[in-house]
Amino acid sequence: MKLLSEVRGADGRLDLSALVARIPYAQFLGVHVEERGNEITLVMPFKESLIGNVMLPALHGGTIGALLEFTAVIQLLAESQPVALPKTVDFSIDYLRSGRPEATYARATIAKHGRRVANVQVEAWQSERGKPIASGHGHFMLGDS
Amino acid sequence: MGEITPITDQSIAEQLSHVPHAAALGMQLVGYEDGRALVRVPYAEHLVGDPDTGVIHGGVLTAVLDNASGMAVPRASLSEAQRAIATLDLRIDYMRPAKPREDLLVEAECYQLTRAIAFVRARAYQASDDRTIASSVATFMLGANRAAPPGLGSGSTLEAPA
Repeated sequence: MKLLSEVRGADGRLDLSALVARIPYAQFLGVHVEERGNEITLVMPFKESLIGNVMLPALHGGTIGALLEFTAVIQLLAESQPVALPKTVDFSIDYLRSGRPEATYARATIAKHGRRVANVQVEAWQSERGKPIASGHGHFMLGDS
Repeated sequence: MGEITPITDQSIAEQLSHVPHAAALGMQLVGYEDGRALVRVPYAEHLVGDPDTGVIHGGVLTAVLDNASGMAVPRASLSEAQRAIATLDLRIDYMRPAKPREDLLVEAECYQLTRAIAFVRARAYQASDDRTIASSVATFMLGANRAAPPGLGSGSTLEAPA
């Protein structure tokens, strides 16, 4: 797979920031990756085009859902270093609070990493880590690795 | 689902242009009945999730399924106070990748309505192939803005079209 081989360093590990920079939809959302040790956080800074309700105002639920799903995929890529992008089988989002017009963060944990399928859980928050705005979980098919 | 009545009243179609993210995705409301909505998303390079294949990102489907489902919450049968809605949850099953360089269609239908909750299912497909790309079920809270304690809103609040 061209995309993943292009962002794989000499040590065989994927450069996650370079990967995100090459995905047009991630650029459209304005998402970037922050890595601290083995902890990966995806950041979606606020911009006008993410708004779903101008009256409140509130982020569009779809942007939060997309961020959650994207975070799950990045976590899988980081932990399992596959040769192909994982394919989403299903993804479920619980909306907990209104997304305010500010930066949104998301972090994922792999609940079960099977041979072919992984279950990933994700949480998104804004200014307060303890007050998530949405949580998600889903199943992903893993490419041959 | 049977065919959804095509849009004739442009004021309904314009509803989506007031939702910044819907406009950014290029979402168009092309069919509407009370309780059902049909949305089109023209293929665009910035929606691509896999640059190797040109297939659009799953997140696009998430946003469009969410938005189309919200628009399918029947408005005629709701009171003014109930019309502000908020997505409680959304579950999406991904059946097959969308074909690159082809528009995406999403049809949504509200199949159950209580005083407080609307239950909506939706599916994404393409004009050249009726097979489902992704299907979803969502629940919406009605009257989301009414007496909502601060900070207790939810994901996406949007007004269904008039």
